[in-house]
Amino acid sequence: MKQLEKDVVIRTTGLRKEYNLGVIGSGTLRRDVQSWYAKKRGREDPNRKIGTEAHEKGEIFVALKDFDVDIKRGERVGIIGANGAGKSTFLKLLSRITSPTEGEIAYRGRIASMLEVGTGFNGELTGRENIYLNGAILGMTKAEVDNKMDEIIAFSECETFIDTPVKRYSSGMFVKLAFAVAAHLDAEILIMDEVLAVGDMKFQRKCIDKMRQLAIDENRTVLYVSHNMSTIQDLCNRCLVLSHGEKIFDGGVDEAVALYLGGEKDASISYHYEDDKYKYPVRSHEINLTDARYVGLTTNRFQGAFQLPLELGWTYLKDVENVGLRIEIMDYKHYPVTAYLLENIHSGKKGESVTKRFKLDITDLAQGNYYTRYVFFRIETGANTVEDIEYAVGLTIYKNPVNDGEARWKKAWGSMLNPGIELTE
Amino acid sequence: MRDDITYINAKSKLFSVNFRELLKYRDLIWLMVKRDLVNSYKQTVLGPIWIIINPLLSTSVFTIIFDVIAGISTDGVPPFLFYMAGNVLWSFFSECLNRASSTFLSNARIFGKVYFPRLVMPIAGIVFNFINFVVQLSVFVILVVIFTLIGSNVHPNWLLALTPVLVLQTALLGTGIGLIVSSITTKYRDLKILVTFGVSLLMYITPVVYPVSKVPESFRWLMLCNPVAPIVETFRCAFLGSGEFHWVFWLLSLAVTAVIVFFGVIVFNKVEKTFIDTV
Repeated sequence: MKQLEKDVVIRTTGLRKEYNLGVIGSGTLRRDVQSWYAKKRGREDPNRKIGTEAHEKGEIFVALKDFDVDIKRGERVGIIGANGAGKSTFLKLLSRITSPTEGEIAYRGRIASMLEVGTGFNGELTGRENIYLNGAILGMTKAEVDNKMDEIIAFSECETFIDTPVKRYSSGMFVKLAFAVAAHLDAEILIMDEVLAVGDMKFQRKCIDKMRQLAIDENRTVLYVSHNMSTIQDLCNRCLVLSHGEKIFDGGVDEAVALYLGGEKDASISYHYEDDKYKYPVRSHEINLTDARYVGLTTNRFQGAFQLPLELGWTYLKDVENVGLRIEIMDYKHYPVTAYLLENIHSGKKGESVTKRFKLDITDLAQGNYYTRYVFFRIETGANTVEDIEYAVGLTIYKNPVNDGEARWKKAWGSMLNPGIELTE
Repeated sequence: MRDDITYINAKSKLFSVNFRELLKYRDLIWLMVKRDLVNSYKQTVLGPIWIIINPLLSTSVFTIIFDVIAGISTDGVPPFLFYMAGNVLWSFFSECLNRASSTFLSNARIFGKVYFPRLVMPIAGIVFNFINFVVQLSVFVILVVIFTLIGSNVHPNWLLALTPVLVLQTALLGTGIGLIVSSITTKYRDLKILVTFGVSLLMYITPVVYPVSKVPESFRWLMLCNPVAPIVETFRCAFLGSGEFHWVFWLLSLAVTAVIVFFGVIVFNKVEKTFIDTV
């Protein structure tokens, strides 16, 4: 057992967690004894499934491996990763719900973990009684809860119902009450697993602000797991990305989110749309986009002021008049950033193939990875509505930072270049 | 800011009860008891009166069946008191056992989401059952006093001094067996079924509805080896003055209780670390 440095609150060393796959034992004592006796005499296990190989040790699933991490006091750590990446396993080990197979965790002070909303809430008890019970489950004494009671009730926004049995609460009220208890614990480390998903937006905001305030003002440490990237970005100042039980990234939140959402980095400078792999289904079969490429370029990484030369080729499946093109730009979270619009670029006859070149001004895009979508549309005559007639994933645009300034301020930057501000008085 | 460091790893000590931690969670124990009390009697008409009605009813049934119909001797003491003594202590024992034996299975959900010392649950069970027991015992004591005053063949005696030990022993024995059962049931559910009727069968080889004196002399030692038997017999002897105080068997029973509790805690400690992965 090593000592922790003063500012480290959690240290895991060589943490590993294995789960047995499949059915554990045969479920009844008789069969387990039968299997054990057969094995002892060197016979075949009578309870083994036909056609499976006998194995000494059952198959094992490694939920977490070689997990080393140091978390410092006051950090707000987000943990992201796909389902089954090991996030919850890590939190479970940390909250002492199950034991690691190997390795060690050392932590300072108390941990309050909320892996679920309202664990231990009892429907028959009133809100107030449940606050005591929940507080006690989370490790507080009655006196400590008493001290915080008014604060908890006020935060939960459930004053009116506080002496009503919680079985009559709505699920939203349930979450509010449960979160209020957890947030007011005197624990040095706060662990939250996707618990805010149920509350309304206003309450989510309030909870995130509360957690941030706890971390900043009172130097508590927050560990937060969520699939909601905006709350992670909102709250955390450090982020771990897990994949298949391993930590694949540890650092800034934006890079982490980009890594997690970006998945594979696409460096293509041309697409040939052979099948419908990159297409979204549209009702009308009027146009078929066949090719997209950046003309005369060797990379999809650009810098500074740039006019992006794009060539698209398509075929008409029907006679179509006044086709328009919309190029939608989305950031790494797939949130729309902007769109380039061009009406009436061409009218074509059935069977006709055309190739057109465009120039996109991407000067104002800030650094980062951008996804695009090419949408062909037609404005319906008479009624002024737009009908999309072809819808395809476009080539990726990657914008390098222009200078050190942009690189340094990347966290605060967003997707649009700074339009300029001056001190005027 | 608290600064104490906690270590979590795969190893566990064989017998490690963290009494300091349990003490820190005493409010939780109390709240769990309160929760159970509220849960048991909320939305019932008679409420906590059921604690008294239960033993009175079953004692009446015992009296009718074993005294009036079967005519089993009660060593000359009033049958109702005789059966009530056995019944009150036995139900305390069996409730402790049942409660502890479902510790892991019935709390799997909460154990899977939050950490607190798992022993809180069986301890809360003991307290909850103890409260019920005390209420029932009070009714019993009142009856004993009344019967003594009206001059029935009832003789409370110096053995009453042993009652606290007997009660504690009953709780520990029941809970100890329960802990072992609950640890095994995380893997083998069969045991749960076995325990349910096993406990009711056990009652018949324990002198609850008959006195030890009715057991043939040659079998008596065997029956008294059942660790619950000397407790029940001594308890009744203390309050009613019937039967004998078999102190050798009682000491043996104490030893067995100690071993079972020790063993129960060891198994419980071992299972609690990872049971959530298998349950």
